[in-house]
Amino acid sequence: MNFPLTFKGLSMAAALAASVAIPMAPASAETPKDTFVIARNTADAITLDPAESFEFTGGRIIANIYERLFFFEPGDLTKLVGGIADSYEFSEDGKKITVKLKSGLTFHSGNPVTAADVAYSLGRAVKLDKTPAFIIKQIGWTAENVDEAVKAIDDTTVEINVLADMSPALVLNLLSSSVASIVDMKEVEAHAVDGDMGYAWLKDHSAGSGAYKLKSWKANELVMLEAFDKFRYGEPPMKRVVIRHVAEPSAQRLLLEKGDVDAAMELTSDQLKGLEGNADVAAKSYPKGYLMYIATNMEHPILSKPKVRDALHYVVDYKGMVGSILDGQYKIHQNFWPSGMWAAATEAPYSYDLDKAKALLAEAGVEEGTKITIDTLNKSPFKEVAQNVQAALGKIGIESEIILSDGKTLWPKYRARKHELIIARWGPDYSDPHSNADAFAHNPDNRFEAKLTGKLTWRNAWDAKGLTELTNEAAAASDPAKREELYAKLQKMVREDSPFTIMFQAIGTFGQRSNVDGFVNGVTSDQAYYWTVTK
Amino acid sequence: MTDNSISQTTESQGSGPDFAPLLRTLKKIGSGLAMLILTFIGLTAVTFIIGRIMPNDPVVAIVGDRASKEVYEAMYIQLGLDKPIWEQYVIFVTNMLQGDFGNSVMTTRPVLEDIKRFFPATLELATLATLVGIIIGVPAGVMAAVRHGTIVDHIVRIIGLLGHSIPVFWLGMVSLLIFYAKLDWVAGPGRIDFFYDGIVDPVTGIILIDSAIAGEWEVFQNAVSHIILPASMLAIYSLAYIARMTRSFMLDQLNQEYVLTARVKGLKEGAVIWHHAFRNVLVQLITIIGLTYASLLEGSVLTETVFAWPGIGQYITSSLFNADMNAVIGGTLVVGVSFVGINMISDMLYRIVDPRAK
Repeated sequence: MNFPLTFKGLSMAAALAASVAIPMAPASAETPKDTFVIARNTADAITLDPAESFEFTGGRIIANIYERLFFFEPGDLTKLVGGIADSYEFSEDGKKITVKLKSGLTFHSGNPVTAADVAYSLGRAVKLDKTPAFIIKQIGWTAENVDEAVKAIDDTTVEINVLADMSPALVLNLLSSSVASIVDMKEVEAHAVDGDMGYAWLKDHSAGSGAYKLKSWKANELVMLEAFDKFRYGEPPMKRVVIRHVAEPSAQRLLLEKGDVDAAMELTSDQLKGLEGNADVAAKSYPKGYLMYIATNMEHPILSKPKVRDALHYVVDYKGMVGSILDGQYKIHQNFWPSGMWAAATEAPYSYDLDKAKALLAEAGVEEGTKITIDTLNKSPFKEVAQNVQAALGKIGIESEIILSDGKTLWPKYRARKHELIIARWGPDYSDPHSNADAFAHNPDNRFEAKLTGKLTWRNAWDAKGLTELTNEAAAASDPAKREELYAKLQKMVREDSPFTIMFQAIGTFGQRSNVDGFVNGVTSDQAYYWTVTK
Repeated sequence: MTDNSISQTTESQGSGPDFAPLLRTLKKIGSGLAMLILTFIGLTAVTFIIGRIMPNDPVVAIVGDRASKEVYEAMYIQLGLDKPIWEQYVIFVTNMLQGDFGNSVMTTRPVLEDIKRFFPATLELATLATLVGIIIGVPAGVMAAVRHGTIVDHIVRIIGLLGHSIPVFWLGMVSLLIFYAKLDWVAGPGRIDFFYDGIVDPVTGIILIDSAIAGEWEVFQNAVSHIILPASMLAIYSLAYIARMTRSFMLDQLNQEYVLTARVKGLKEGAVIWHHAFRNVLVQLITIIGLTYASLLEGSVLTETVFAWPGIGQYITSSLFNADMNAVIGGTLVVGVSFVGINMISDMLYRIVDPRAK
C-alpha cells in the first residue's frame, strides 16, 4: 500500500476526500409547466385494481384513472351527477334501473366504453370479492346472481336490478364508489391468467377511461400518470401527474418551498403556519370525512353502564383540545355522519363538565380509584387526546392506563373485542349516510361467533336494538325527505345512548405552489381531482 | 525468509504437489458456507417466529380492518395461517430455497424483486459513506494519535464525539435546509429527479454505475447531486467511528517498545508510523470497517426516511409496520447474509494483511 508519508500528504488526502462532499451538480429545476408533481406518503398503496383498492393513495389514483356510472364531479361535491351515465330511469317499484351511457366514450386502449364493460366490471368486483366488494354487494348481488342482475341490453344500455330492500338514492351513491369503477373488459381479459379476470395484472396496470392512464408505479418511490387525450372533458391541462413518495412531512415542506413539487399533502398545521409569508406557497384546508371517537366495550361491567357512558360525554375537553393539540387539524363534531355531507346533523350538545361527569359516575355507583385501560394509536394526535382524556378521568376518580399501538396491532385487538375504552377513528366508505349508520347504528347479530367485525356496534358488543331496524328502514326509504328525517333521528339516538362519544371531525390540510389552480381535494379520498389542475 | 521459501519450493517440487494450501482454502470456504447456511436457518427461524408471535395481524394488513368475516377467513386460509406453525415454517423455507420469498403485501410484487430494487440503493449509499469514512477517518485518526494532546487530536476527538451524538434525523433535516433549500448546492430528497427516471436501464441497480455504463452523464450528475447529502450524513457517522477507533489503536501501538526501538534505530518518522505502527493497526481496522459497513447497510433507516431514499432500511421498517412478514423476513435475510458476507471478506483481508493469521 502506498500511503503518503508526511502530514502534508495526509492533509492533501483528507482534502481530496472532503471534496467528495462538495456539490458537483446544480440543484434540480422547477417542475415542468405541464406536469403536476405531488409529494405524498404513498406507503399505504397496495394495489391499483379498483375491485380491491381500499386505501387512500390508491383511491385517489383510481379516481383519476377510471370512470364510474355516477360521479361526484369537482364542480359540486355534494351532488351526484352522471359519470359515464347519460341518463337513468328507475322502475316504479324502484327495483330496476335502466342506465343509458354517454356515446363516443373510449378507454385508454382505444376500445369503446360499452354496456358490456359496465356489466363485466360490476360483476368482476362482486366475483373477486375483495374487501370493498361489500359496498355493492349490499345491493343484494352475489357471485351467482350478479350476471343476471347487471345486464347489457345493447351497446349503450345497462339494466341494473336492485335485489335488496334499498333506497334508489343509496343505490346510486353505492354505484359512485371506487369499487364500481368501469374497467376495459377486452384489455383486462387479454391479461387474465387462469380465469383471474386480470386480477394479477390490474394491480399495477390500468385499463380505464378516466383523465389519466397509469404510466408507472414504483411502490414506495413514485407513481406517474399520463394524460388521456380522449377523456370525457377533453385532454387535461396537466400532461403528466407525478406522485412522489416522501414519507417525512418536513422533507415535503422543503420540496414544496423549493418548487420541486407543486403540492405537499401531509403538511402539519404547524408547518402550514410556517409557510405564511412565503408568497410562492399557499396553505389549503378542506373538510375530511374522518371522525375521532371514544368507544366503550359493552362487555365491560362498568363502562357498559348508561350513566358511565353518559359521563364520558362530559370528560372530553372539546374546545380546549381543538384550540391546542388539534389546532387546525380537527373541529368539534358529535354525530356519526360528517358535516359537509348530505343529511349530516350538526348538533353538538356536549361540553367539558367534570362536575356533571362526576355526579353521573356517583349515580352509577362507580367507586373512586376504578381502573380502566385506554387503547389508541401510537401517533399524534391520538396519544395526546388519550392523555387529555386520561387526565380528565383522573380528576373524577377513574385511574386509566393508556396502551399505544400501531394500527396493525390495534385493529385486530378491537375486532376481537379485547379493548376496554378505545380512542379511534372512522371514515365513510362511500358518500351516503348509510355508510356510517351501518357502522355506528346497525348490529343484526351481537353474538361473538357472528364476527361482524366491519361494524363498530359489534366490535363494542352493543346490540343496537331498535337502531338496527331504523337503519334498515332509512336505507330502504325511497323518499329523500323521509330518509333525511330518519338519519337525523338515528344520529340523535347514537349521540344520546350508545357506546360512542363522537368528538371531532378531521380537517385536511395541504400546501400547494401559488401558481397551481383548480386542485380539488374532496371529503373522501376518491374525490381528489388532478384533471382540473392548471399551472 | 527468502532462503526458506526457496528451499520449501524446492522441497515440494521434489516430493510432488503440496495440497495443504488448497485444502486449507477449501476448508475455509466450507466453513464459510456452513456459516452462511447456519445463518440462513437461524435468521429465517427467528424472524419467522417473531413474525408469527407479534401481535399484529397479517390478514388485516391485506384485507383491511373493515373486511367481512368471510373475506378475512378466506385470506387467513390463503396465507396458510390455519396450518401448524412448524408446517408454515417448512413451507416457507422450502419456497425460499426455490427462490420464492413470497409476495409483499405492500408492493404486491415478489419480495425478491423488491429486494433487487431496494437493496442496491442502500448498497450505493452505504458504500459511498464507508469509503468517505475510510478516506477521511483513517488519516484523521492517525494524525490525532501521532499528535496526541495537540489541537489536531482535540478536533478529531470532538468530531468523533459529535458524529456519535448528533441525531441523524436532525442533522439530515438541517443539512437539507442549508445545502438544498438555502444554498441550492445539491438536489433534494429522492434518489433521482423524476424526469430522469427510466432513462437508464438497471444493470447493477446502482444508478451511479448504471448511468456511467450507459454514458448518460446528465443522469449521473443528477444522481450524484442527490446522493451527496445522505451519503455525507452516513459518512459523518462512519468517519467519526473509524477516526475514533484508528486513534485509539494507533495510540496503543505508538506506546509499544518496537516503535521506540525503530525510532532509536533512526528510522524516519513516516516509516515508523506507516510501516510499523499502522501495519499492526490495519488488522484491527479491517474488522472495524467491516462492522461499520455492515451496520450502515442495515441501519440507515432514518437517513433513508429523511431523504426519501428508496432503500432496504425503509422497506423493512414500513413492512414491519404493515405486518408484511414476507417482506420483513426477506429483507432481514438479505441484511443478515450481507453481514456474514462482509465478515467473511474482512476475515480474508485480515489473513492477507497479517500473514501470521494464516
